[in-house]
Amino acid sequence: MTRTTVLNPVHRALGARMVDFGGWDMPISYGSQIEEHHAVRQDAGMFDVSHMTVVDLHGAQVRAFLRHLLANSVDKLKVSGKALYTCMLNAQGGVIDDLIVYFLAEDRFRLVVNAATRDKDLEWIRRQAQAFAVRVEYHPELAMIAVQGPNARARTAGLWPHVLAERALTLKPFSALREGALFVARTGYTGEDGFEITLPGSEAAALWQRLLDAGVRPCGLGARDTLRLEAGMNLYGQDMDETTTPYEAGLAWTVSLDGDRDFIGRAALEAQQRAGVPRQMIGLVLDDKGVLRHGQKVSTARGEGEILSGTFAPTLGKGIAFARVPAGDPGAVGVEIRGRPVPVRVVRPPFVRSGRPCAGI
Amino acid sequence: MSEIPGDLKFLKSHEWARLEDGGVVRVGISDHAQGQLGDLVYVELPAVGDAVQAGNACAVVESVKAASDIYAPVSGTVVEVNEVLGDKPETINEDAYGEGWILAIRPSSPDELDSLLDPDAYAELLEEEDAH
Repeated sequence: MTRTTVLNPVHRALGARMVDFGGWDMPISYGSQIEEHHAVRQDAGMFDVSHMTVVDLHGAQVRAFLRHLLANSVDKLKVSGKALYTCMLNAQGGVIDDLIVYFLAEDRFRLVVNAATRDKDLEWIRRQAQAFAVRVEYHPELAMIAVQGPNARARTAGLWPHVLAERALTLKPFSALREGALFVARTGYTGEDGFEITLPGSEAAALWQRLLDAGVRPCGLGARDTLRLEAGMNLYGQDMDETTTPYEAGLAWTVSLDGDRDFIGRAALEAQQRAGVPRQMIGLVLDDKGVLRHGQKVSTARGEGEILSGTFAPTLGKGIAFARVPAGDPGAVGVEIRGRPVPVRVVRPPFVRSGRPCAGI
Repeated sequence: MSEIPGDLKFLKSHEWARLEDGGVVRVGISDHAQGQLGDLVYVELPAVGDAVQAGNACAVVESVKAASDIYAPVSGTVVEVNEVLGDKPETINEDAYGEGWILAIRPSSPDELDSLLDPDAYAELLEEEDAH
């Protein structure tokens, strides 16, 4: 059964090209995907991300539970509303999912996990939660609209009453506010400033229309993918999964080996560190014409690897990719495109931030 | 959907072929195909003088989303390629049946054109695809 978000009729009325995205009928673009990409880099665009899964956790031991569940440390979350990006690992150190955790109150945290992994995530979280008497509350009735771009926050806040607008505009990056059922986070998946707004599904179409009237351009998941890859952000299922550790997926920065915190997967990660991490994720730029794509073979001085996420980067006008290759200095790197070896440049992601190519890209 | 020009023949894989006065067959992809592919960002063209076989890949168009082979509607020799596409692949998105042509072939057996779909048959094919 294909699932739809509450905004599905709105996308269809706008003439969006719809595709199956992990079992969800979602807009890939409303017209030119590249123009949507540029709208976010230069002005403001919005995405329906209501397929994302919102899970609230209740109970006196929620923080202790999350110390155990997540590879990043929720002890970094000291102020209500603060958010943290983290992986949730299995005992082997493999990534079950990546997610954002928000600290709301000592007895209440919110997780936003991926759509495609919803069922297994919920099952895993519920199973682990039992020992901590934490109540796991999934909120399918909520919708989520991401408004992204240099003008995104101003355009959005302009729609709100003065007091709320003021609070929203003073939010620090990676922080959120609650106003009744409205949840506004200064987060995103594009490398631009903006908000991710969670609200009751019944109110989503009205907000979408007001944003449209305010000049925010509807953008599909196609642009979302090129934006996030330019921004150097991983996509679960493509860049990492249960067979890769965060160390092999460019996510070491999200792992906190603090004190003796006993999180799931820690022992496996420490063992991998001792033995040496066998693979690494690198960024690639194709200066020649062509496009880097998922699955293309990559050759390095240390052996072969393959492209994970690969695309044409509209901001750069070049092909870019993440690749997983053997550990160590990769030396000269080539990618096989339609049977032909093509030289590529190894770079350190992100490729683009705040509308501009990063230094060295 | 845009009007399908009456002087074209089509492959089921959405290439069009136009027999021109000098006996050359100009080739591109349909407006439907460019819409499905989305923004084109790269076109890999054959070399002038290359021999091509009807039904075999003779060029590649890449959109942000995917790479797609272009099949030759007729056998023959490539006599012209659309160099404009090197810098402006989006020309195909803008004018699939005109400025966005991809290559021209001097056919070795022009009667191969007879086996292709006429505009009505191609329009029917698109309707069937839509129904699925």
